[in-house]
Amino acid sequence: MPKNKKKIGAYWASSCGGCDVALLGLHEKILDLLDFADIAFWPAATDFKYEDLKGYGKNELDLTFFNGGIRTTENEEIAELLREKSELLVAYGTCAHQGGIPGLANMSEEVDLFDTVYKGTPTSTNPENIFPQESTKKDGQTLNLPGLQERVRSLDRVVDVDYTVPGCPPPPDLTEDFLDLLVKGALPEKGSVVAGTKSVCDECSREWNRETIDELVRPQETEIDPDKCLLDQGIICMGPVTRSGCDGSCPEANMPCKGCFGPPPEVEDQGTEMLNSLASVLQLGEEGQALEQEKELLSDLPDPIGTFYTFSLSNSILGGKVSEGGENDRT
Amino acid sequence: MAIKPRIGVFICHCGENIAGTVDVSGLAEDIIGYDNVAFSTDYEYMCSDPGQNKIKEAIEEENLTGVVVAACSPSMHEETFRGAVEDVGLNRYQCEIANIREQCSWVHGEDGDKPTEKALKIIKGVVEKVKRNVSMEPVEREHADKCLVIGGGIAGIQAALDVAEAGNEVILVEKEPTIGGHMAQLSETFPTLDCSQCILTPKMVELNQHPNIELLAYSEVKEISGYVGNYSAQIERKPTYVDTDACNLCGDCEDVCPVEVTDEFNQGLDTRKAINIPFSQAIPSSYTLDTDACLGLNPLRCSECAEACDADAIDFDQSSEYVEEEFGAVIVATGYDLYPKEEMGEYGYGKYEDVVDGLQFERMLSATGPTGGVVRRPSDGKIPENVVFIQCSGSRDPENHNSYCSKICCMYTAKHAKLYKETVPDGNAYVFYIDIRAGGKDYEEFIQDVQEEDRVLYLKGKVSKLKRVDEKMRVWGLDEIAGERVEIDADLVVLAQSIVPSKGTDETSKKLNLNLGANGFFKEAHPKLRPVESLTGGVFFAGTGQGPKDIPDSVSQGSGAAAKAIDLLSKPTLSHDPQVVEIDEDLCSGCGLCVGQCPYDALEINSRGVAEVNEILCEGCGTCASGCPTNALSLRNLTDEQLTEMIHAHIGD
Repeated sequence: MPKNKKKIGAYWASSCGGCDVALLGLHEKILDLLDFADIAFWPAATDFKYEDLKGYGKNELDLTFFNGGIRTTENEEIAELLREKSELLVAYGTCAHQGGIPGLANMSEEVDLFDTVYKGTPTSTNPENIFPQESTKKDGQTLNLPGLQERVRSLDRVVDVDYTVPGCPPPPDLTEDFLDLLVKGALPEKGSVVAGTKSVCDECSREWNRETIDELVRPQETEIDPDKCLLDQGIICMGPVTRSGCDGSCPEANMPCKGCFGPPPEVEDQGTEMLNSLASVLQLGEEGQALEQEKELLSDLPDPIGTFYTFSLSNSILGGKVSEGGENDRT
Repeated sequence: MAIKPRIGVFICHCGENIAGTVDVSGLAEDIIGYDNVAFSTDYEYMCSDPGQNKIKEAIEEENLTGVVVAACSPSMHEETFRGAVEDVGLNRYQCEIANIREQCSWVHGEDGDKPTEKALKIIKGVVEKVKRNVSMEPVEREHADKCLVIGGGIAGIQAALDVAEAGNEVILVEKEPTIGGHMAQLSETFPTLDCSQCILTPKMVELNQHPNIELLAYSEVKEISGYVGNYSAQIERKPTYVDTDACNLCGDCEDVCPVEVTDEFNQGLDTRKAINIPFSQAIPSSYTLDTDACLGLNPLRCSECAEACDADAIDFDQSSEYVEEEFGAVIVATGYDLYPKEEMGEYGYGKYEDVVDGLQFERMLSATGPTGGVVRRPSDGKIPENVVFIQCSGSRDPENHNSYCSKICCMYTAKHAKLYKETVPDGNAYVFYIDIRAGGKDYEEFIQDVQEEDRVLYLKGKVSKLKRVDEKMRVWGLDEIAGERVEIDADLVVLAQSIVPSKGTDETSKKLNLNLGANGFFKEAHPKLRPVESLTGGVFFAGTGQGPKDIPDSVSQGSGAAAKAIDLLSKPTLSHDPQVVEIDEDLCSGCGLCVGQCPYDALEINSRGVAEVNEILCEGCGTCASGCPTNALSLRNLTDEQLTEMIHAHIGD
C-alpha cells in the first residue's frame, strides 16, 4: 500500500444521482481505486458532512468527481468550496459538463416550475397551495432552504474545471480510463474533456447513403433497420454532433444518439449544429416552397428543444428562455 | 513566432462613385491607427496603372505583408489588384478587396457621415481577414489527353476534326452504323441549295482518314465517370457481324437477304434488308447486320448472306467489345429527333400516308432517296399537283405541344416548296405559317425569292382541320390576311415537324451530370457568355442537343466546343483556385453529410474513413464547411476564426 494515499472526493449537485451510481459501476475496479486513494468526501456513499469538508485545507483533496449542474445556491456554495479544497476538480457526467436534462428547466420560470412540480403533476395534491420557501418561521424557529437560481448552469460556468468526463452517466470504461491516466500520472492537458475528439458517427457501424429523407419519424413509430444510418431512416440521431467516446452505444443498441457527451471539440452549440445537419438531408423542394415544407417536416417533432438540446440547452448559445426584465434579458 | 502582419490599405475614390459619398482621405487617416495597419493612402482610380503602382511601391517600401484595396466589388478588379501585388512578389492571396462601392457608397448616398463610418467597418473587417490569410499556390492536376466526342452528326464531326487538327487524339462515338446524322438525309441545304451530301461527305471522309481520330460507330458510351480533365469512359462497340476491312460493298449479301424491314434512313418511305448499308457513302463504309430484323443468329436460322459473301466478311461470332479510355474533355453532340408522331393528334400525322414530315420530304427530294428525287406521294406514287406545307407543327404551341420555336422550319419549308416547284413547275405549293422567321444571313432574301419567283402561296394562319376526301387530303384553314376561310384539296401534306432532343439525351445528361433546360435540351453554363460549356467542367456542347439550330450554327458551335476542349487539353496541367475546403482529419468522423451536401461532387469518404476533397472540383462555395457537424471542414482563407473576427470588426467589439 502506498504511503501517501491520495484523497478523493465525490459530490452530487443538481442531477438524478446516476453518476454516483456510475462510480459504483466500476465494480471490483473500485477496490483498485481504494488501494490508491482514500475517500475523503462522498455524501452519497459515506457519512461526511459539510463541516468535514470545510475543515480540509486548500487543495487537500487530490481529486473530486463533481456531478450535477448548478441549480441552487447550495450547489454553487459547495462547488466553490470543493474548488478550494480540491487539487483537481472533475466535472463528472453530462449535468456538470453541459447542464444536462435539468437544464431544460431553463425554458421555464421558477413560478411555473413550482406550479408544475408541487401542484400540476397528476400525483400532486396541494389544495392549500403550499410551495417551498427559502425561509420559513414556525414555532419561533427559522427553517432555511437553499434558493433556486434563475438558470441551471454547468459547473465550468461557476468555477474552474480541470477535467471533464462526459456522459449520462459516464460509461464505466471511460471512468476507468480516466482513473488509469490519473494513477499513471498521464492526464492530458488541463481543461480537457477526457473522451474522443470526433463524433459518435466515427464509432457507429451503421451504413449511410446520404440520400435525402422526406419525413421524420420517432423511434417508437417505426421498425428500425439495425444496419442503416438512423438519420437516413428519418430518425433524429444526434450522433453527428455529439462527441465520441461512448463506442456508439445507443446506435449500436438500435436507438438514436441523444447527445449526452455534448458537442465535439470545435462545436459551440450542439442543437443548431444538428439543425444544420438535418437541413442538408431533408428533402426540400423548389426554392420558395422550402420554408413551408421545412415547417411541415419539423411539425412532426413534438419537442424541438427537448430533441436538439436534450442535455446541452444550458450551455448553448440560446441558454434558455429569456423572460423580459429577467437576469438573462439582453435587450 | 510568425511575423507581425503589416497591412496596407488603399482607398479608391472611383471618381465620384465613392469619394462623392465617403470621406476617403478621412478613412485613410482613421484606418492607420487600426491594429496591424502599417500604411494607408487614397487615390482617384486605384485600378489605373498609377494606382496599381502606388500599391506596388508601398509593398516594397513599407514591407507590407498584406493589402486591402477599398474599392468596387471583387468581381470587378480583384484579379487586377492580385496581379499587381504578385508583380512585386507578394502572394496573390494576401490581397483582398473591401467593397465600399456597391456595398456602401452606391446605396447610402443620402446618409451624411454614416457611409464613411460603414466604409471604415468594412475595411476593418477585411483587415482582420487579410492578416489571417495564408499564402497559397494554385492547385495543379494532371489531365488525360484525349477528347471524347459523343455523336457523329455535323456538329460532332466538325468538333472532332477541329480538336484532332490541333494535334489532340479524338474518339468519336456514334450510335448508328454511320456518321453524318440528319444532315446526311437532307437533299439540298438552304439558302444556297448546296447538295447536302456533297458538302457533308468530304468531311465524313476526312474524319475517317484523320490520323488523330478513332471512329467508333455503332457504339455507345455505357459508363462515364470522373471530373474535368480526368474522365474515364467505357464504350460498347456493338457487333456489326461484318468485317469492315474485308467488306468490299459488293451488295451480294443484301441481294440475298430474305428479310425486309422499314428503312429508318429513308424515314420509313422504303424498306431495307436485315443486312444493309444506310447509304452508299456511309462511313464506316461497310454493311451492318441488324440482329433485330435478322431471322436469327443463335441458333442460326439463315446464313444466306454469309454464303453469298465472296470476301468472307461476314462473321456471325462477333460480340460486343468494350473500350475503356481516359478523356480530358468531352463534347456532347447528340443531336435531335423529330417530335414523335404519337404526340401529334393533329394533321393526320401517322394516320394518313400522304401526310409526311419534313425529313420524309427531304428523302423524296433526294436523288439517292426512295423515289430517286422525284416527288411522289406515298399512297399511290403519283406526282402531287397540290402540296400543302404546314409550319410550326408541334412548335410554338404551349397549350398542346412544344412552346419553343424549332428555328429551322421556316427556312426548310421554303426550301421544300422551292425544290418541289422546281421538279413540278405546274404544281401548286401552299404554306400555312404563323410568322416567317428568317433571321440568318441571306435567309430573308431566300424567302422572298420563294414567294415571288417560285410563286409559292404563303397563307398566314393555322390549319383547322385536315381529312382524307377520296384521294385527296382536304385542308381547311384560315387566311388571316385576306380574312377568308381556305379549303384546299391537297395531294400531299408536308408537316414542318417540331424538333426535340434526341432520344438518349436524358440518359446522357444523367451519365455526365448535365443539366437539362425546361424543354429537355442541354442547358449551357450561361446562355450568352458560356454557350458551349456545361456546368460540368470539361464537358462542352455542340449542335442541336443544346437547342434547335441550323447547319451553320451547328458547325459554329462544333468549332466553339472544339476550341474550349483544345484550350483545356493544350495546357500541361489543370490549374485551379486554391481557395478550397480543407479537412481536419482529427475532427472528421466520416459521417458523410458533406458528401451529400457538395453540389460539385468534390467530396468523398476515403479508405481511412475521413472526408477527402478533390481540389480540382471544389469551387470553394463553403456549403460543406458550414454544414459539417463537427466543424472538421473549413474553407481556406475563410475560416471560422476569420469570419468571427470580421464580424467583431463590423459590430465594433
